[in-house]
Amino acid sequence: MKLYDYVLSPSCYKVRLMAALIGVKLEIRPVDFHPGAEHLGPELMALNPAGSIPILEDGDLILTESTAMLAYLAAKAAPEWLGSGAPEETARIQQWLSFSHRLTASLGGARLHEMLLRPGDIAALQAQGIAALRELEAGLVEQGLRGMRFLASDRPTIADIACFPYVALAPDGGILLDPYPAIRLWSRAIRGLDDFIEMPGIHRLHELNPEPQIEPGAA
Amino acid sequence: MRDEWYPVGLFSQLDRNGRNTVLMGEPITVALDAEGAATVTSGSGRALPVRVRYGHVWSSLGNPRKELFAIPEADQPGRRFVDVGVVRVRCSPLRAVENFLDIAHFPFVHTDILGAEPHTEVEEYKVEIRKDEDEVWATQVKFYQPQAAKSANGGITTEYMYRVPAPTCSVLYKTCPPRPGEWDVITLFVQPLAEDLCDVWPWMALFDDATPMADLIHFQQTIFLQDRSILENQIPRLLPLDPGMEIPTRADLTSVAYRRWLKRHNYTYGAQLVAQ
Ligand SMILES: [Fe+2]
Repeated sequence: MKLYDYVLSPSCYKVRLMAALIGVKLEIRPVDFHPGAEHLGPELMALNPAGSIPILEDGDLILTESTAMLAYLAAKAAPEWLGSGAPEETARIQQWLSFSHRLTASLGGARLHEMLLRPGDIAALQAQGIAALRELEAGLVEQGLRGMRFLASDRPTIADIACFPYVALAPDGGILLDPYPAIRLWSRAIRGLDDFIEMPGIHRLHELNPEPQIEPGAA
Repeated sequence: MRDEWYPVGLFSQLDRNGRNTVLMGEPITVALDAEGAATVTSGSGRALPVRVRYGHVWSSLGNPRKELFAIPEADQPGRRFVDVGVVRVRCSPLRAVENFLDIAHFPFVHTDILGAEPHTEVEEYKVEIRKDEDEVWATQVKFYQPQAAKSANGGITTEYMYRVPAPTCSVLYKTCPPRPGEWDVITLFVQPLAEDLCDVWPWMALFDDATPMADLIHFQQTIFLQDRSILENQIPRLLPLDPGMEIPTRADLTSVAYRRWLKRHNYTYGAQLVAQ
């Protein structure tokens, strides 16, 4: 399975993270998204006319939507990540998968603007991002009342992986996560999963590691 | 400070339409003219000085008294030049350079790439302000690294030299795994937009024929993005030039020399003089 990948893209990271969590090995094909704009070049446009990455290739199958990639990886290797099949849970997973596109557009747009100087109305992107974060916070609080730690269930599903990266990287777009305790708790639960992998700006949970200290006398 | 040279864009990305950007609070436009030469124009329409070097366009709001600093390795045959691309950081331009000079953060910020616990010790090295060149140099810097470069397989002890040839630029020389005896060159060129906001343009000149270009770019962007989250949270936001009560550790010696050198040149853009 070949992933056309950009190391700083949260959408690409969703796929890498999902694969790592369920033990699927990916062949990574790095794409010079920034500064080279290789995703808009002839080779990748032929694969994906939308001009976006990630792209996942497995034999004849070419996927260009990260949520479809998450579903595919889970169906192949770890179907429990697709949910139990209970109607409400199925609906919630679909609800949050669709919602994740709003995070990409708002928080992701703000991040690209603030970090890689992509055009955009930064005030509007941040306002939409904050509105989405509030909705996510409310959803997680409600799940907490149902005794569930994740978006659709008491175990993580592809919906959590679809929403997590852009949320965790919101500070890159100038949006702080301090006002959202349920989101921070949820983020800790995901970062603490076995086989979790990092990307720049998203750290594994190191509960047992103390903060680095400068040793006295090191000077 | 207005007389220094600053990076204002990647030459390879310029077009006739131009790119609007900012230099020390002043809007400028960087573009190609009809002959394909780079031009830089101030907000009031004044033509600013231009150099095209090391993959980037350089300019100045004033009248540079010195030529843009030399990187002789940039003319050495066999090297690959990597335009890593811009990253904006909400920090002082001087903080970005200072962080680049700091070796002690490798194991904590670039865990398992440029450093790893428990190999956190910084060995003794040499720091000087070279009189003839008027540059800050740190040499004989040695550090254990799990994956020092894209071309390195497994951990090695890497040797570094750091150089500050201009207030917002640093050049790093680093052991070159495929070609012992030569140095890989990794630079950090910083464009000051404001005293607490900058565009950072990393650039590299490497001996590495094997690694695809996108891998080289991703490697360096990963490293720099790890620094970015640290840089945006530093307090105070401006670089203090008075050392005050701080007791420098061995790792800080380069930073101390850098601050002293800035102070000597009265370079205060992005700095604070009195401890707050
Ligand atoms: Fe660093």
